[in-house]
Amino acid sequence: MNVVVCVKQIPDPAAPPALDAVTKNLVRAGKLILDDSDAYGVEMALQLADAAGGGEVTLVSMAPNGETSGLRTALAMGAARAILVSDDSLAGTDALGTAKVLAAAIKRAEPDLILAATESTDGYTGTTPVQVAELLGLPSVTFAKKVEITGNSVKVERQTEAGYDEVESPLPALVTVTAGVVEPRYPSFKGIMAAKSKPVETLTVAELGLDAGEVGAAGARQEITQVADAEARAAGEIVVDEGEGHQRVIEFLEQLKVL
Amino acid sequence: MSVDKIWVLAEVVDGAPITTSLELITQARSLAGTVEAVAWGEATASVAATLGQYGVTTVHDVGDLGGALPGVPVAAAIAAAVAGGAGPDAVLFPATYDGRDIAGRLSARLDRPVLTNVVDLIADDGGLVTHHAIFGGTQVLSARFTAEGPGIYVVRAKSFPAEPSGGAPASVMASPAPDTGATNAARIVARHVEERTGPKLDEAAVVVSGGRGLGEKDNYALIEELATLLKGAAGASRAIVDAGWVPYSHQVGQTGKTVKPTVYLACGISGATQHLVGMKNSKNIVAINKDADAPIFSVADLGIVGDVHKVLPKLIEALKAKG
Repeated sequence: MNVVVCVKQIPDPAAPPALDAVTKNLVRAGKLILDDSDAYGVEMALQLADAAGGGEVTLVSMAPNGETSGLRTALAMGAARAILVSDDSLAGTDALGTAKVLAAAIKRAEPDLILAATESTDGYTGTTPVQVAELLGLPSVTFAKKVEITGNSVKVERQTEAGYDEVESPLPALVTVTAGVVEPRYPSFKGIMAAKSKPVETLTVAELGLDAGEVGAAGARQEITQVADAEARAAGEIVVDEGEGHQRVIEFLEQLKVL
Repeated sequence: MSVDKIWVLAEVVDGAPITTSLELITQARSLAGTVEAVAWGEATASVAATLGQYGVTTVHDVGDLGGALPGVPVAAAIAAAVAGGAGPDAVLFPATYDGRDIAGRLSARLDRPVLTNVVDLIADDGGLVTHHAIFGGTQVLSARFTAEGPGIYVVRAKSFPAEPSGGAPASVMASPAPDTGATNAARIVARHVEERTGPKLDEAAVVVSGGRGLGEKDNYALIEELATLLKGAAGASRAIVDAGWVPYSHQVGQTGKTVKPTVYLACGISGATQHLVGMKNSKNIVAINKDADAPIFSVADLGIVGDVHKVLPKLIEALKAKG
């Protein structure tokens, strides 16, 4: 079974994020890392391919400057190869434009199953995976907390407000997985070494057969008109606990008539 | 783009429209002359009265989906209406599991961009301007579409109040989904409702949330016990949901629920951007964290710099003693 995992390489979330002063886009110029949310999809793909008795896990990613550091992390976990779309014309691409790029790249891998995170950690738009599915004419099941392959179909436990639904779909299909769905493995030393020589195919927008006008800032057909400071909350009272901190909490709750 | 007609996705749960849909309808009234709703399922006719009370004149009823997930058929039904010339200038979706699916599908189907995580919608210069809370809600970004509509917007819960306008029951108009073939092949085969005690997380007057500072999974029991004593709901930061300590349904934040309780108690939560967005509009915030520099203290009305392992058991004992 061949599985494609959509992975995003993002600025380190530990570093303070910043917007470009002119374009107001998120600054993504520095070193990028594998989005933590995507490690679950990679792990899930490896486990499913293994359970199916073989098959290849292919990563598909779109990133500036030919960035591969995040991809190498996922390759070190065990993915076989990667397709990276990197092109200057992609700066400012929105969720739909990203979906067009990913869909075109995914087609080349002819997968039985496509996995993605429910949303990225830096942009958290949360629509790209279903947009990919729609562009490819495939069914999708989002917010999976359990995924099983039986024969030619995928069975998913899908998170709902009240609990979860059991959903079945024929393959090929796209599934988005929630964090915590599996325990992502740490790359082994052997895996890290092997990842260095695994194939990463780098493609441009033109090579995917897409028109440059469909992607980038023009393709996004939206503009950021302003970025302003939010109204700040008034500074609160700070109490250092020396054994009686809980009493202050109780007084506060009493004041609010919660108690 | 002038905005004359807005459609709102009316998601129906347990026979009634969800609050977020009613919030969006309320706001849509102030933005456009005509507000219509899109609904599906068996209960559409019975919710038309409620939707009418909030200002909806027509409910476009996609009908029973036969066990299909709503994403594909509902988006296809909306797209068909747009293609037929009867579509709206803007479609507002609640940021729910199904709302996001339908919005994403519709965006790709119509080849129109989508703006998500919207926290405010304002009429401006004939169009709509959105607000988005970024960087933990410390900044507000404004955006708008620059091309032909309909504009597709996914809006976070509790961005607006839900206020009825006293309108007559909405008329119901059948808008069945066109055949979408294999794309619509996913089927719900069983539904499971998880037992919940106490109020719902996004409706509770008191929310007690725990984070990584709890140290280990078993300590989350302190959060649940405190929540029960305060007749509130137990929440969690993304960090401990990702770690598998508690289910995703407990998550408060950008990726999880938006809460706005009378009191929010953040216990062992540092206050990452991801978390702040989901709770910073709580009326009162109490934070307990041993790191005096934790960002959570910047939004706290009362901050206790202390170890949750010491403060929480004492707090629980004191509340029990009060009875």
